[in-house]
Amino acid sequence: MVAAEAPLSAPLEVGFDYTRSLGPVLSRFVTALRDRRVEGVRGSDGRVHVPPVEYDPVTGQPLSEPVEVGTEGTVVTWSWMADPLEGQPLAHPFAWALVRLDGADTALLHAVDAGSTAAMRTGMRVRIRWAEQTVGHIRDIACFEPVDAASPEVPAVARPEATAEPVTMITTPVHLHYRHSASLEESRYLRGLAEGRLLGQRCPECAKVYIPPRGACPTDGVPTREEVELADTGTVTTFCIVNVPFLGQRITPPYVSAYVLLDGADIPLMHLVLGCAADEVRMGMRVKAQWRPREEWDTTLRNIDHFRPTGEPDAPFESYAEYL
Amino acid sequence: MSGFPEVAVVGFGQSPQVRETTGTTNGVEMLVPVFQRLLADTGLSRREVGFWCSGSSDYLAGRAFSFVTAVDAIGALPPIAESHVEGDAAWALYEAWLKIRMGEADTALVYGFGKSSAGDLRRVLALQLDPYLVAPLWPDSVSIAALQARVGIEAGLWSEKEMAEVAARSRADGATNPHAQLREPLDPAGLLDTPYLADPLRAHDCAPITDGAAAIVLAAGHRAAELCERPAWITGLEHRVDSPVLGARDLGRAPSAGAAAAAAGTDGVQVAELATPFTSQELLLRRELGLADDVAVNPSGGPLCGNPMFAGGLVRIGEAAARVMSGQAGKVLAHASNGPLLQQNLICVMEGR
Amino acid sequence: MAAALAAVLGTGQTKHTSKRTDVSMAGLCREAIDRALADAQVGWDEVDAVVLGKAPDLFEGVMMPELVLADAIGATGKPLLRVHTAGSVGGSTGVVAASLVQAGVHRRVLAVAFEKQSESNAMWALSIAVPFSMPVNAGAGGYFAPHVRSYIRRSGAPDHIGAMVAVKDRRNGARNPYAHLHQPDITLESVLSSTMLWDPIRYDETCPSSDGACAVLIGDEAAADAALADGRQPAWIRGTVMRTEPTVAVGRNHANPQAGRDAAAALWAKAGITDPLAEIDVAEIYVPFSWFEPMWLENLGFVPAGEGWKLTESGGTELGGRLPVNPSGGVLSSNPIGASGLLRFAEAAMQVMGRAGDHQVSDARTALGHAYGGGSQFFAMWVVGSEKPGVRR
Repeated sequence: MVAAEAPLSAPLEVGFDYTRSLGPVLSRFVTALRDRRVEGVRGSDGRVHVPPVEYDPVTGQPLSEPVEVGTEGTVVTWSWMADPLEGQPLAHPFAWALVRLDGADTALLHAVDAGSTAAMRTGMRVRIRWAEQTVGHIRDIACFEPVDAASPEVPAVARPEATAEPVTMITTPVHLHYRHSASLEESRYLRGLAEGRLLGQRCPECAKVYIPPRGACPTDGVPTREEVELADTGTVTTFCIVNVPFLGQRITPPYVSAYVLLDGADIPLMHLVLGCAADEVRMGMRVKAQWRPREEWDTTLRNIDHFRPTGEPDAPFESYAEYL
Repeated sequence: MSGFPEVAVVGFGQSPQVRETTGTTNGVEMLVPVFQRLLADTGLSRREVGFWCSGSSDYLAGRAFSFVTAVDAIGALPPIAESHVEGDAAWALYEAWLKIRMGEADTALVYGFGKSSAGDLRRVLALQLDPYLVAPLWPDSVSIAALQARVGIEAGLWSEKEMAEVAARSRADGATNPHAQLREPLDPAGLLDTPYLADPLRAHDCAPITDGAAAIVLAAGHRAAELCERPAWITGLEHRVDSPVLGARDLGRAPSAGAAAAAAGTDGVQVAELATPFTSQELLLRRELGLADDVAVNPSGGPLCGNPMFAGGLVRIGEAAARVMSGQAGKVLAHASNGPLLQQNLICVMEGR
Repeated sequence: MAAALAAVLGTGQTKHTSKRTDVSMAGLCREAIDRALADAQVGWDEVDAVVLGKAPDLFEGVMMPELVLADAIGATGKPLLRVHTAGSVGGSTGVVAASLVQAGVHRRVLAVAFEKQSESNAMWALSIAVPFSMPVNAGAGGYFAPHVRSYIRRSGAPDHIGAMVAVKDRRNGARNPYAHLHQPDITLESVLSSTMLWDPIRYDETCPSSDGACAVLIGDEAAADAALADGRQPAWIRGTVMRTEPTVAVGRNHANPQAGRDAAAALWAKAGITDPLAEIDVAEIYVPFSWFEPMWLENLGFVPAGEGWKLTESGGTELGGRLPVNPSGGVLSSNPIGASGLLRFAEAAMQVMGRAGDHQVSDARTALGHAYGGGSQFFAMWVVGSEKPGVRR
């Protein structure tokens, strides 16, 4: 029996550069930002919303009347970011603030490059520091700075032609970092794989053998701790031939994605079948694991590169029909 | 409206609140012992439960459909009546309450779970903000809460000293809660000398990062007495949501909490369990709900002693219900929240009889 | 005490397409909501609560988007619930919204479901490899194709059944101005010769990836009576059901899941239906890959196990057939994942309300809306009818 140790974990990166369409109101706002101007929108009650909102917070009515506001404003409240996180406006300590721009009735959330908390106070005056390159994005405002700050020399940038296309989309990268843990049972199964062993787990109540193990027996809701060593031979219950390329794909199509019911297991596991033409794979085909070289083994089912046909006669349909 | 059955909380169970569970983001490992204990305590069998409902978040797990594997903890064969909310499990309790009221079930088991330690919670919660103009700046949850704290301080609604007192009181109470994550008391004297975490918030003003799970059993009138000696009858269950626009709201207020409380009827509550992961938010909510000075707030220690995300509101309901079920209190309220700065709020009022 | 009566007063949906780059998420929802409120002749102030459903937040990269959408969807100051039950979510949204009225809590509830999946990529979101796993997963189609194969084997269905369904649903979709895909000239030959994506599922037998939203306004008995008196037919909700089973379990039948069978049986009982094939006039069922039509016909109990493909092959599920299935064009014509289930529920309601336009089934009085999700493990369904349910149980 594989010794019980701490659960295995590995990084899980989840990220995408989302492409967002803005709709008319927000499009107008970011287009103005590109032009180094700020336009809010007038609400049902006459309030000027900056940032703009598409639908009035009180009446729910669609809003559309643009109102240009100033590029200077007043800090309504602030907090201090001592240790900036990935993706935030500045890499050195800064203040988060709600800033009410001159002419607006609501406040915009952004960063203030104040240098220290001593320079921050509610009611202080700040102005926009524009990004060197403005593209039509909230980050065209690089941050705010105190109005009395000495402004670095910024070459005057010619405003884009009035006929330039409005900005209708923004791209927002969202990249998150997680630590994914396997359960204790799954960790034992994975450590077994690292030794070239296939360890199933039996439920104490229904006595069925699961591989890979689930968090608990799905039928009885209890942990499946009893280990059962399984052979690396089995039967293809059903399968498909994957022809479609997709983002993040790791195996080159066409390939056979199959459910393999290992001898002694009560649920099939998903893997590849190679070693014959894809269209020769059949339901009921007998297969055996083709392991990678031992020195490449790790705590993963990928130690098995694929399953290949053994050449034995197919298993009769009745022997695996209940596992479909 | 008459004619619909009354609903009571008849059981509450929770996992230990820990900084990091050895379990997975599926929640199964945290939930299995909770279910076993809860079902044993109530005498209900798994197959008798009429409806199951959970609350959790894919973004906590870093995976789409992360709530699906949690169903393994139930043993859902034969198939069950089950649903899920992407948010605090208090709203799953609401959905279960509806099912019982309309006669679809006479018992329900509600559960919530969250493994915050798997990711960077402070950063992930930035994704609850406007995706076009706010989230791309990645304003983290602590910084946002700090903005709100300052609004109240400068308006004279609360002070840093009062915030520190909330922290000290909570931690003293947490010491008596065997499930709490933080159980060492804080010395109130030195708290204001500690450095700011996000000026004006200090570390003691903020809930810890917690992994945990919780579950509650609800029962319709006729069944409640069979399952529990002293059911906590739900006499008010209301929730509302406020506008998401941070710059257009009065951050010193949580109008949706006040409206939910008014509709639920909170007069005379003796205990209030509030899902306020920041000390300033407790002070805000006390004022918003009009709680009398003698109401015991978060006698469990509250979120400041352990804050399992997406189960937190359910824990508040359970802790408040437990005071009724043990005979310690006659009328209690529990609060739950979703979103930044108390944007969405639920109030559950329960009474003993 | 039995549940209070509830009825659909109005429905609305967007023009579904691969990328709605003309609107924000709020704009997408409002397009459907504004239409539903207009169809129901209900004002914003009259909506008591909002229930929003959508599939995983990863698709749009917004955590709990109902919160940022609160103003836009008219939820501010009101109760707002967010349902997430994987692919069946649109259906669950309808079920939960109905329960708010059936439990006597609210008088008028807005259900809205949406997906703006063009902001990322649906195949990516459905195929993210988790550590320690073998990355064989190839999206939803790759998941279901092996089970389609086992259905074909078990039932002995001929090869062209899937293609027949695709032809029918796409031609139906061509009559639906909101549908994403309009393929009036699609033929059996063209489908059979389209690329195999996940053998045995072909390209033309596969749902599109769509941006879209759907909204349904549900009212209580008094509101429905008033609408009827005003000459506007409501769709009375005769029963709703949800059932779940585990993704993986020994003895699970992936092609004919127990949870689906149990759900249907419970639904027919609640709605007082003893012969579904005879008593249901039209069915909007969740068919994202064409072979699911015969599979679900069996799972729902319209025909015995193994016989589903025969009903399809006979033309019985065509618009003018014995049991029209997916006259709207179904999921095969439009698939904004989070909204698709609610679209099925809404289209069923539209049929008995007489508002299905060019895809109206004549004299439709009782209709089924069906949704499923996950590994064919989550089911949500409802039966709606034009006649007010009689005596309460």
